[in-house]
Amino acid sequence: MNLTLKVWRQSGPDAEGRMETYQVKDISGDMSFLEMMDVLNAQLIEKGEEPVVFDHDCREGICGMCSMYINGRPHGPKQHTTTCQLHMRSFKDGDTIHIEPWRASAFPVIKDLMVDRSSFDRVIQAGGYISVNTSGNTLDANAIPVPKDDADAAFDAATCIGCGACVAACKNASAMLFVSAKVSQLSLLPQGKVEAAERVKNMVAQMDKEGFGNCTVTGACEAECPKGISLENIARMNREYLKAQLTPGK
Amino acid sequence: MTDMTKLDAKIPEGPIDKKWTKHKNNINLVNPANKRLIDVIVVGTGLAGSSAAASLAEMGYNVKAFCFQDSPRRAHSIAAQGGINAAKNYQNDGDSTYRLFYDTVKGGDYRSREANVHRLAEVSTNIIDQCVAQGVPFAREYGGLLDNRSFGGVQVSRTFYAKGQTGQQLLLGAYSALSRQISKGKVKLYNRHEMMDLVIVDGKARGIIARNLITGEIQRHSAHAVVLCTGGYGNVFYLSTNAMGSNVTAAWKAHRRGAFMANPCFTQIHPTCIPVSGDYQSKLTLMSESLRNDGRIWVPKKKEDAQAIRDGKLKPTQIKEEDRDYYLERRYPAFGNLVPRDVASRAAKERCDAGFGVNKTGQAVYLDFADAITRYGKTEARVQGIENPSDAKVKELGTKVVSAKYGNLFEMYEKIVDENPYETPMMIFPAVHYTMGGLWVDYNLMTTVPGCFACGEANFSDHGANRLGASALMQGLADGYFVLPYTIGGFLADDIRTGPIADDSPEFMKAESEVKERLEKLLSAKGTKPVDYFHRKLGLLMWDNCGMSRNAENLKKTIEDIRALREEFWKDVRVPGKSGETNPELEKANRVLDFLELGELMCKDALDREESCGGHFREEYQTEEGEALRDDENFKFVSAYEYTGDPGAAVLHKEELVYEAIEVKTRSYK
Ligand SMILES: Cc1cc2nc3c(=O)[nH]c(=O)nc-3n(C[C@H](O)[C@H](O)[C@H](O)COP(=O)(O)OP(=O)(O)OC[C@H]3O[C@@H](n4cnc5c(N)ncnc54)[C@H](O)[C@@H]3O)c2cc1C
Ligand code: SF4
Ligand code: FES
Repeated sequence: MNLTLKVWRQSGPDAEGRMETYQVKDISGDMSFLEMMDVLNAQLIEKGEEPVVFDHDCREGICGMCSMYINGRPHGPKQHTTTCQLHMRSFKDGDTIHIEPWRASAFPVIKDLMVDRSSFDRVIQAGGYISVNTSGNTLDANAIPVPKDDADAAFDAATCIGCGACVAACKNASAMLFVSAKVSQLSLLPQGKVEAAERVKNMVAQMDKEGFGNCTVTGACEAECPKGISLENIARMNREYLKAQLTPGK
Repeated sequence: MTDMTKLDAKIPEGPIDKKWTKHKNNINLVNPANKRLIDVIVVGTGLAGSSAAASLAEMGYNVKAFCFQDSPRRAHSIAAQGGINAAKNYQNDGDSTYRLFYDTVKGGDYRSREANVHRLAEVSTNIIDQCVAQGVPFAREYGGLLDNRSFGGVQVSRTFYAKGQTGQQLLLGAYSALSRQISKGKVKLYNRHEMMDLVIVDGKARGIIARNLITGEIQRHSAHAVVLCTGGYGNVFYLSTNAMGSNVTAAWKAHRRGAFMANPCFTQIHPTCIPVSGDYQSKLTLMSESLRNDGRIWVPKKKEDAQAIRDGKLKPTQIKEEDRDYYLERRYPAFGNLVPRDVASRAAKERCDAGFGVNKTGQAVYLDFADAITRYGKTEARVQGIENPSDAKVKELGTKVVSAKYGNLFEMYEKIVDENPYETPMMIFPAVHYTMGGLWVDYNLMTTVPGCFACGEANFSDHGANRLGASALMQGLADGYFVLPYTIGGFLADDIRTGPIADDSPEFMKAESEVKERLEKLLSAKGTKPVDYFHRKLGLLMWDNCGMSRNAENLKKTIEDIRALREEFWKDVRVPGKSGETNPELEKANRVLDFLELGELMCKDALDREESCGGHFREEYQTEEGEALRDDENFKFVSAYEYTGDPGAAVLHKEELVYEAIEVKTRSYK
């Protein structure tokens, strides 16, 4: 198929950006979206132009690195699908595709479609862990049974890939889905309960400090999340947060 | 050239099961106050790097951690699917430290170092305890205890898992430990930074040259020791299951600075990957080995059926049971579909070469879940008290069970291939997956450059000529959490009075300017072709001649071809942009250049090793039944290559392998 691409080009964080138009030909339906971008880039390089910069690594939907806003939706038209797992069979010959970076003040653009998501790392550093050293002298792994339902729910929350689509989808650029997924995972497990109150307070404080917006429960995040992280996590985090406000802090 | 100087692996004395404890008790310690005076650079934040950096920081060292991705959590380890081994014996099926040790040595076709493997088996149980304490949500049974599954090459259930996302969950655990140390200021993180060279001062590794991938700035970073946890080099084949950015640059730079490269030709070709669909393809996707617990591998018995399938005239579900060849079950009745990877891959290639392949290109076999769905469905019906369930009901129930186990893998398959694997068998084919070869390290995980250590897939240590499934995650975390943090003390104990290492010594300045020159040279090559063109070409050469089967004639020719390709690269590559900016094409060019040298060394190693063992199959050395023919008399050693200015002129050093605890036998899975 032949396609028209309208791609956001921005040479640096402070530069002004603009949409540029490109044509690509003979795109196979079996290609992934990023392979289609490879074709575009090879074409640009051969013409002596600058290729489009975008983030990617695993190309199988797990590293969370790819991050394109395609036709007005983070990761494009298919539900539960990252950009790298989107295949060109989702488009048809003659289509025009708009490709932009994530837009959020906490995710500044670095170049073209690449953004800086280190704010997510700093939120995790604020408390997204269990304070245990690697002494090798921890309890036997089976010493504390964990009800299967809790373990499964913790796992579901833990499958967040940290891509930031939830933020990009939200009109307030809220990071609640991402943060609540980590808070939920750890608060559901006996090992994580000990620090639950401190954790949620610190992570929420950092989230606010990074400039993420407030949550008004529009549900856009859940709808666009490639891993199907559920809004229930936000409700659970809100409960954890309320509980934490009632427990005297350190 | 061969040099018979003995490499000193520094294997501790004493019985195999006492070596590690004894060694740990004898290692020089650095006391906590002195650790504050010592800086360690850890390159890589995968399982090995994150766990090492976090543990070193907890112990009190000042750590600088580097990764080229935007976040440490995105290291390639995140993509590991199936599971992690540990000799917990929770299933009470006779597992033990010894059995894990034995399986790993045998699985590696008797080409790994006994003492290292035993230590790995010993610490394996600690890993699971540690991960659970960190909040890793492993799969559990209804009673709340941890669940296990089986992987290839073993007859016990010792694999712990978190659906098809085990690597993700383990890495997020290690990343959380790392994040905690970052928040305490004990680790300084350099994300989106790439190591460009290793700096050696007075014979010791004392730092690295790095490039900030956003600004393009070239930086000098000094430390008392450098730990490379930079992963494997499977991407030398261009198409592999590795992430796009996985590369050999850090290890290759260390090699060029004096670290020996061990067994570079030992590559793992994984039997169950989604087949190649077209020339534009940028990577291959694994379907976890755990699927072989329940999936049965087959091709049609009759050539005409295979042809009809290829022509789209017949569907696999229309082939009758008696017309199917479950060739693994046929050839290896004892292990069946769970033979080790090298064996399963070769068997698939053999069937496809003989004309029984089942996709358009003839390069695919079936992995079929129909029987598993029926079996599980019947059991579920019984559990739920449904009498005489209909076929549809059985299928519905069975599909649910299979989905709970492998749901995300089935989804991934469907996204890529556009077929529903619950309804029709998956098509799979072998693909490059893992590299057993890597930097040579001694028992302390130190390379031949003092102060330069290597952990995880970047070293060669534990898997011999073939790695068993679910053992890479185990090794990465063992190295990072439980081995390196202790063994590095033996080296650093001499450095408590050294003081900070200067980063403006002549050695640093020289290395820095060499890096800058190389980048400028790449940017000024005014050719016409993008870097990928050369990478693809190299990949094809490697796949055809240094892949699943190899022979002397082709290897010799390939060495010449690779040398010619290197020349062509310099003449005809075009790298756009500048060095002082975000420039992914420049990053790629720099990595491919190293692959172009590594590829030659791999072929040389494959040529030197005149035997077949594990993943290294030389056509000249096979039994009448087509099984690998090992030569223990002449090749029971680790090949360790010393760089001498040209990859083809590397000097071979041999580490003889001595087996005291295990009797060396022909490996059989029949
Ligand atoms: C698809 C897939 C599935 C797998 N499934 C399993 C499984 O189920 N069980 C199992 O045991 N094993 C599995 N493996 C193998 C296993 O995942 C890897 O061997 C292991 O994760 C490697 O970990 P590592 O820490 O050594 O390196 P990696 O995770 O590859 O990390 C390398 C790190 O080094 C950094 N780096 C590299 N070069 C540089 C440089 N020059 N400068 C700066 N940073 C650099 C990267 O940024 C990254 O942080 C799988 C592998 C694949 C490909
Ligand atoms: S919650 Fe979903 S959308 Fe948000 S970062 Fe995690 S995986 Fe991405
Ligand atoms: S590239 Fe890893 S999730 Fe898309």
